Amino acid sequence: MNSFTGYFRGIFNGLRSLLQGLGVTGKYFFKPGTTVTQQYPDNRKDLKMFDMFKGEVIMPHNDKNEHKCTGCGICEINCPNGSIEIISATIVNEDGRKQRIIDKHIYHLGMCTFCGLCIKACPSKAIEFGQEFEHAVFDRRKLTKVLNQPGSKIMKGVE
Amino acid sequence: MEEEVKAPVPEQEEYVINMGPQHPSTHGVLRLVVSLRGEIVRNVEPHIGYIHRGIEKMCESIAYPQIIHLTDRMDYLSAHINNEAVCLTVEKALGIEVSDRVKVIRTILSELTRIQSHQLFWATFGMDLGGLTCFFYGLRDREMVLDIFEETCGGRMIVSYNCPGGLMNDIHPNFQKRTKEFIKYFRETLPEYDRLLTGNVIFQERLKNIGTVTREQAIAWGLTGPVGRASGFSCDVRKHNPYSAYDRVTFNEILYNEGDSFHRYKVRMDEMWESMNIIEQLIDNIPEGSYAEKMKPVIKLPEGEYFQSVETARGELGVYIVSDGNKNPYRVKFRSPNFVHLAPLNLMSKGAKIADLVAINGSLDLIIPDIDR
Repeated sequence: MNSFTGYFRGIFNGLRSLLQGLGVTGKYFFKPGTTVTQQYPDNRKDLKMFDMFKGEVIMPHNDKNEHKCTGCGICEINCPNGSIEIISATIVNEDGRKQRIIDKHIYHLGMCTFCGLCIKACPSKAIEFGQEFEHAVFDRRKLTKVLNQPGSKIMKGVE
Repeated sequence: MEEEVKAPVPEQEEYVINMGPQHPSTHGVLRLVVSLRGEIVRNVEPHIGYIHRGIEKMCESIAYPQIIHLTDRMDYLSAHINNEAVCLTVEKALGIEVSDRVKVIRTILSELTRIQSHQLFWATFGMDLGGLTCFFYGLRDREMVLDIFEETCGGRMIVSYNCPGGLMNDIHPNFQKRTKEFIKYFRETLPEYDRLLTGNVIFQERLKNIGTVTREQAIAWGLTGPVGRASGFSCDVRKHNPYSAYDRVTFNEILYNEGDSFHRYKVRMDEMWESMNIIEQLIDNIPEGSYAEKMKPVIKLPEGEYFQSVETARGELGVYIVSDGNKNPYRVKFRSPNFVHLAPLNLMSKGAKIADLVAINGSLDLIIPDIDR
């Protein structure tokens, strides 16, 4: 007799637990306002990433095509996996002194692990993280970028 | 558990089958060579190394701040806690005391990491056992934690937010507001998890008394974290050897004595409540102060051996650094919880059905990159 009632109690409790679960899913089924899905490729226009988001390393230039990079190479030393290569050149400036400037700031996006050490270490705040996240390309050579724009110069007052 | 199998297989013969390296329920590239007799598991032999990257060896050729981004990639679901472990070891070696602000922020972020890791465990565990709804609900709520991480740390999973001496940058002004919103929301949502999965009769039948580990076995095999605590082994590093701000909060260590798959699941569900309690105690009074101590550009540890262990979402992670006084460590060893948890898989699943092997494997919540490192 005991096992007999236990059998039916098992069925009853089992059904109740299943219905409880169905209640949860049913609640969301009849309340479509609770959905959180983003319609990703369609919402590109108003999709804004957070300011801190580590998308890629960029070098901001002002409207006179000037950047803050002195070519010191501290970012290159701090990078754990060699994503940054600095090619510097030496010029003679207006005062007649020799000055080391940046020729090419090469950034291998494909090797970057977004640890942020280069940006933390940069003494003149020349590089920062951009919010771009759609990095897929068909040719991996396109992942090697030169961050300083052609013809750009160092901003005045940055040492 | 073991029954007579009416199969045309002779008594001594076993059917050997590979589960993995590409199997949805091993959650990564883990290869289990399973010897079967009928449907009954006779022997499980884990083959690891498919995602071995040599992180410990790589650490020997880079500087201390650079190690941190590698630890993100071991147990990627407790990335922040792994970072913290290395930072604490380096700070211990240098004798630096970080500010209270850093300690509190680290603790809050660690607990958020624990919550999101357990949410993903709940999601994938339900999916392993055939409840796909859990996967959607778990990831939906995890998204809120990831948004907090993204706003403050810049990364969603691979945060790289700690550095020796403090944090990479200060917290975002929205951090406290968002965290409080999440706690309020999740306190209402977590009972739904229980209604949907914990009480489910099919779920319980598949987990209770499956993969049982006694307390003595748990200690002998070195099981820590939720796996050890489900067997009654009190091993919470946060409680026994508090680091960061864990000494100033009150929380319970979740302990069960049954040691089966169901109670490993229960420990994690209860830990999410405890994590929310810890965050609520700290979130309103984050002390003022600097977010990072001033460090030398090149960090050199004094000669010697240093060890620090932390409680990740899966168990005790130990970081052991041998320094010879240079800017690179001489040797780094990570005592990762997942590697230890994989070892008794054979013990747990011997004599169980092959479907139970999936349940046991899921309840251990293994992260394969942490096993191989």
